[in-house]
Parts: sequence; structure tokens; C-alpha cells
Amino acid sequence: MLGVSKAFPGVRALDCVDFRVQAGEVHALMGENGAGKSTLIKIMTGAVRRDEGEIRIDGRPVEINSPGEARALGVGTVYQEVNLIPTMSVTRNLTLGRQPRRFGLISWRTARSLARERLKRLRIDIDVERPLGSFSLAVQQLVAIARALEDDTRVLVLDEPTASLDADEAELLFQIVRDLKGRGIAIVFITHFLDQVYKIADRISVLRNGRLVGEGATAELPRLKLISLMLGRELEETEERLEALPHGAKGEPILLAEGLGRRRVMAPFDLTLRPGEVVGLAGLLGSGRTEVAKLIFGAIRPDSGRIEVGGARIASHSPGQSLRHGMAFCPEDRKAEGIFAELSVRENIVLGLQTKRGWLSRLSYSEQERLAQEMIEALGIATPDADKPVGQLSGGNQQKVVLARSLVSGPSILILDEPTRGIDVGAHAEIVTLIRKLCAEGLALLVASSELDELIAVSDRIAVLRDRRMIGEIGSGDVTRETIIRTIAGARS
Amino acid sequence: MTPGSNVETKTAALRPRANTETAALPQRLHGLRALAGHRAIWPLLALALILAVDGAISPGFFNVRIVEGRLFGNLIDILYRAMPTAVVALGMAVVIGTKGIDLSVGSVIAIVGAVITWRIHSGDPHLVVLMAALAVGVLCGLWNGFLVAVLDIQPIIATLILMVSGRGIGLMINLLYGGTNPSFTSPLLQGLSVGHIGLVPTRIILGAAIFGALWLLIRRTALGLFLESVGGNAAAADLAGINARLIKYAAYVICGFCAAWAGVVLAADTHTSDPVSIGLYIELDAILAVVIGGGSLSGGRIYLGMTVLGALIIQALTTSILTSGLPPEYNLVVKAFVVIVVLLLQSDNLRAALSKGFTGRKR
Repeated sequence: MLGVSKAFPGVRALDCVDFRVQAGEVHALMGENGAGKSTLIKIMTGAVRRDEGEIRIDGRPVEINSPGEARALGVGTVYQEVNLIPTMSVTRNLTLGRQPRRFGLISWRTARSLARERLKRLRIDIDVERPLGSFSLAVQQLVAIARALEDDTRVLVLDEPTASLDADEAELLFQIVRDLKGRGIAIVFITHFLDQVYKIADRISVLRNGRLVGEGATAELPRLKLISLMLGRELEETEERLEALPHGAKGEPILLAEGLGRRRVMAPFDLTLRPGEVVGLAGLLGSGRTEVAKLIFGAIRPDSGRIEVGGARIASHSPGQSLRHGMAFCPEDRKAEGIFAELSVRENIVLGLQTKRGWLSRLSYSEQERLAQEMIEALGIATPDADKPVGQLSGGNQQKVVLARSLVSGPSILILDEPTRGIDVGAHAEIVTLIRKLCAEGLALLVASSELDELIAVSDRIAVLRDRRMIGEIGSGDVTRETIIRTIAGARS
Repeated sequence: MTPGSNVETKTAALRPRANTETAALPQRLHGLRALAGHRAIWPLLALALILAVDGAISPGFFNVRIVEGRLFGNLIDILYRAMPTAVVALGMAVVIGTKGIDLSVGSVIAIVGAVITWRIHSGDPHLVVLMAALAVGVLCGLWNGFLVAVLDIQPIIATLILMVSGRGIGLMINLLYGGTNPSFTSPLLQGLSVGHIGLVPTRIILGAAIFGALWLLIRRTALGLFLESVGGNAAAADLAGINARLIKYAAYVICGFCAAWAGVVLAADTHTSDPVSIGLYIELDAILAVVIGGGSLSGGRIYLGMTVLGALIIQALTTSILTSGLPPEYNLVVKAFVVIVVLLLQSDNLRAALSKGFTGRKR
């Protein structure tokens, strides 16, 4: 791709970007939120039309005006958020639009074996007749890859393929990627995990503010250099800020959960939170991290146990009640549970406080505007103004808007489920810094995350989950990678 | 693109606020752009165009006279006839904003008409009858809300139940005191429907009052934001602490109330309870009005003023086809055609394509 540009209203998303991928290489495309990665990918795959520039495959100029044309030219894509149909069976998802026919009718038997064959290439063995939505996000991701992968695929674009995968699954994915690479397929790999880039990528291209700011072999681009290219500044200062604030628990528990649980969802567990304390929830994918968070917030109604906030028992547990008791929740899946795409940034943010106040005492427009601007500045949300529909922001900025909504209600207990998923390095540091600051001011925080390093960095204590059970708690001073993994693995700690 | 303009767009993008950017543009051009960007402009243009065609075809179309102490003329007539549909459409806009739909409004009108006639025949005071009629609408809304919010039935199916049964219920009420299409007279109700206050028809004043009250309810409390949140993303609304069940109830109750008001107006206008044909297909006109007004059936947004505009466009079309001398048989087809044009004009994609071709030619 040469000199490709694209402008959206108010933003020049790409500015004369050259991007070259060679056959049989894994090419990492890096950049912060809003750097233009998604736009570049969408142009490559025909989802968006470029304004200027040219695309060549094997030196031959080609026109890619629709996803269908991109597929015909051998460009397969797996988008950041799984774009399959959860209510349909795996078979249907894999064969949609190209069902095998027999006498003009769809042959479901052939379709099923075709689906199984496609999955086998990725070494997955699942029941292809079950609806896709009944599988975990990780399996859905793999099915999406299976769908994108055709016999004649030349370029495979993977946009954040590992965002929802745990370490083992990511490793499995990488094996598949190496396998594909060996078959001469060019792989464009977008991720926020630096470790994974250095593990798998051969070359790296870095975008910043819609421009290509660096390109080179992975070996020649050390980590610090890469990060400073992405951020356009040196990283040391952010690293330093991370270490600056000491944290520690003070006083009486503000949240007390006793025997909280729900049959078939989560075994009863106990949990306490003190003001200024950060408690992490660690465990593998599907171990019950999200369930614990939602049970405490009342988004999943518990059928056993009790919960007290600030000494007062919450009788009828619901998100609305939790909110009124000073809790706030920031969900994991922003597309499905976080954002209101049609509503503006301002409306998305003020909703957090408005629900607490009830429908009768509406925040005035000027108050809304003030709150929104405050949050936009505090979290560095990249938007031309507060009235832009949130659906038009980049993924990371949407995540920040959801965080802003949970902060705007002025909570004393904040529950974050995967707070940094799909967020770039710079924003990551900003969010962690902000969380630290709030904790210093007495906020109690519960963080569920699949990234152990992140948990270790922020947590005072870590509750370890396995198979929907809380199997242990690791106290302060003992929070290391090893103790957590040992606990998960089942050794007595 | 010239190098100069390139630099300008870039620097404009770097500036933090929109107002500094606008200062760079010639004021007049900006004004035009803001106008063209406003969502009301296309439906307004369509309405103006329809009226302009009318004016060209039949001279004196715009004349407004005073006859028997009230305003009289085509423009007033359009407003007058559009009112029941417009008010039903307002309720519909609220329901559609929550990603729902209410097919039962026509049947609610039929039930309301039957209840009015029945209670007047039973000798209730007319004010009580009016209250009962509106209460019936609220009750119907509660029923729909129960099916949608509590039983979690898809709105189109849930409201289909009352749509199908409602006209039957109306006929059964008629049978309570004998008679297929019983008639009634009520100075109070007919005053609300065909009467006038000063020069202005009462129903226009009441329609405006309902619009005003609804606007206050939606935009001056946080109810509108909650309704739109539930419609935009129900799961996220739940996690944000909104009681989605209650909000949906509210939407269907509002819609039922609006339908009941239209029922009072239409029944009083015809002096009869005619459950088979009163308010027939009004749900479709109401949905159309919402859509012409820019509302999406996928929910998440409520445009009250635009919805009224949509209802006016529909009525203006009907009226102009009748006054233009075209056979009334043409009505529905011409209506369909104009609706398609209005909807296309509102499509961002088409507008972008058109303006691209336009500026391209200029250069």
C-alpha cells in the first residue's frame, strides 16, 4: 500500500501511509488508540474506501472496494471484535455465503464436514452444531480465524486476535500463525501486547496520528525504541509515575461479601475490600473473574450469601442499588455491555451520575458539558467534541468513555473487569496512574484481569479463582507471579 | 486537492475546539453548512416542496380565511387532519426509541371509541368518560409493557396480540348494550375534537400541548436519556443501573396514552363507535412518521419535533393529492414514492455521494 490517505469528518485518519507486507512474514502493525491501525486494515480489506494512494499485490495495482473483492484477491480478515453471528451454529458461521450445494439445495452434511475440516486446520475440536454464542470468546475468535482462512488466502489480517485469549490459547494461536507463515501466507498482526510482538513478528510498522513513523525488522527495533515511536515520547516518565504512589489499606472494610454465590455460576465466596485497597481477581479464562465482579455489583443476582457496603446490607441486589450504595462497574465487553454507540460522548459519560440521581433530577446541559469535558481531559479521550457519537471513536477511547462513566458517579468502590483490554501503552499508563490516585484518595478497587503482570503491579491482595470457585487469597507482600500460578495450579500456598 | 487546502485541513484537525475551526471559514458558508447538516433540513425541504407544488397547481392553496369565527384553509386543514396521527406518532417515537414498536395503537383507538360510546350510553358524566377513555389507553400501554418488559416477548409480537384482539374487544363492548355501530353526542368530547378555541381548532391546541408536555417529560427530565440508553444497548443500560423494565413500561404507557387521545378525537369526530374501521392503518402512518423524522427502528434515539414533521409530510401529501385533482387512487403510490425520496435524502451515504459529485464538478 503506497501513500494511502483517508479522512473522516474532523479527523485525518491516515496521511500518505506506505505499508508493505511480504509473503511468509508476520508483520506487526503497532500504534496507540486512534493512530490509524483500524482504518488502514479496513482499507486493506475493503471495508472502507481510501481517498488517495494505491494498493498493489505482487506489484500489480488492485482495486479493493468491498470485502468480497478483498477476499477474492486473497486478503482474509479477523476483526478486533468477533464479527460472527452468535445465534447461528458454528457450521453456519463458517459456511455462510458459500454453502456447499447439492442439486441446488444446501447440503448440510457437506457443510458440517467442511466446517470440521476448517477447524481441524486450527486444531480445534468442537461440536459444530452448537450455536457459536455458547462457546467462550476464545473459541469464537478461533472460529473467526477459521472463517477468514481460505485455501487461496495470501494475506491474513489479525486485528487484536489475542485480546480475549489466555496464555495457552495465545500460544496455540501462535503455533497456527507460524504454520501459516511457513505456507507462504503474509500475516498482518495487530496487538497491544508487546511480548507477543517480539515472540512472533518478523517485521514491525508503527503508526502514529495517521502517519507511518517507523518500520523495520523486529530484531532491529528494541522495545524501548518501539514504545517511544508509538508514544512519540520517552517512556521512562510513565514508568516512573507508576511506582510513585504507595498504596495500602486503611480502616474498616467498606465492602463485605459473605457466602455470595449463585448456583451453576459461581460457588459461594467471601470477599472484603477496604478503602484505598486494590484487590485483584486472578484466574484463567472462564475461572469466574467476571462472575465474581458481576455478583458483587448485582448484575448477576446472587442466590446465596449477603453483601454489606459501609456496614449497611444491600437487601435487594441490583446494579441500580449498588450504584446508590457507591459502587461503580466497568464491564469487560465494551461493545455489548459498555457503550451506547448512538449516544454522544457526553451522554454516555453523564449517564453514570444521572442513574444515581434518578430520572427526575436531570443534570442541566451546562453541568453535563462540564462533567464530560472534565473526564475527556482527565482520561485523555481523543474526540473532537463531547457531542460525537461514541460509536465513531476508536476502541480504546470507547473503553475510556466507559471508565469515565463509572468514575463520574463518584464511587467509593470501583469494580473494573479487564480495564486495559484493547488499550494501548500510553493510555494504559494513564489509567493505572489515575486508579492509583483515586486509591490514595480512599477508593476501594476490585480488578479482574487476565494479565498477571498488571494485577501484580496494582494489587494489594489477589483472590485466585479456578473453575468458578475462589480457591485462595494471596496477601500483601506475597503477591508474585509464582505464588499466583502455584495457587491456580492447585499447590497449597 | 491543492497543497493549500491540504495544509488548512491539517491545521484545522490539530485545533482542539470546533469554534476556532469555524472562525477560519467564511461565516456565511459555515451557516449554510450547519443548516445543511441539521437533521431537520431534509424533511423541512420535502414539506416545503410538497406545499410549493400544491401552490403552483392550485392557486389560492395558501389562503387562510376566517369562516364562522375560525381559521379555514388548506394549511390549517393539513394541521387539523394530521393531529391524531402526529400524536400517535409521538408515542410511537418514544417506543421505537427503546428499540420497541407498538402495532396496537389502532386497536387502542378502537377500544377507546367503544368505551366512550358505551359509557355515554350508560349515562356517565362526560368528563368521567373522558378520563375513563384515557385510562383505558394507559391500561393498554401497561398490558403491552407487561408483555414486553416482564414476559420479554419481542415487541412486534407482543403488541400484535392487542392489535389483533383490540378491534374484537371494541365490537364486544358494542354488544354490551346492543347495536353494531352505536352513535353518541357529547358536547364536551366533540368540542375537544372538532371545536375551536378562538380562531384555532381545539385539537391543534391540545396536540401542541401534548407535544409540549411530552417534550418536557423527555428532555427536561432524564427520562429521555434513560429511554434512549435502554434502546441503544439494553445490557449496558442494565449495568449502568437503569431499571430497563420500568423504562420500557413507561414507553408503552406513554404510547397508549397518546393513542387514547387520538381515539377520543377520532371517535368524537365520527360520533360513532366503529371498531372495524376507526384508526385503521394508523400504526403504519405513525411508524412512517417516526422514520421520516429520522428515527431508526433499531432504537436509541427519540426525535419528537421531527416526528411531528414526519406526520405533517404524510398529511400534506394526502391533502395535496386530493386538492390537485389527481384521482384518489393515486394517493398511496405517490405517497410511497415521496416517502422513499425523503428517506433517501436523509441517508448520509447518499448525501456524501451527492455532495462529492457536486464539489467535484465545481473544481
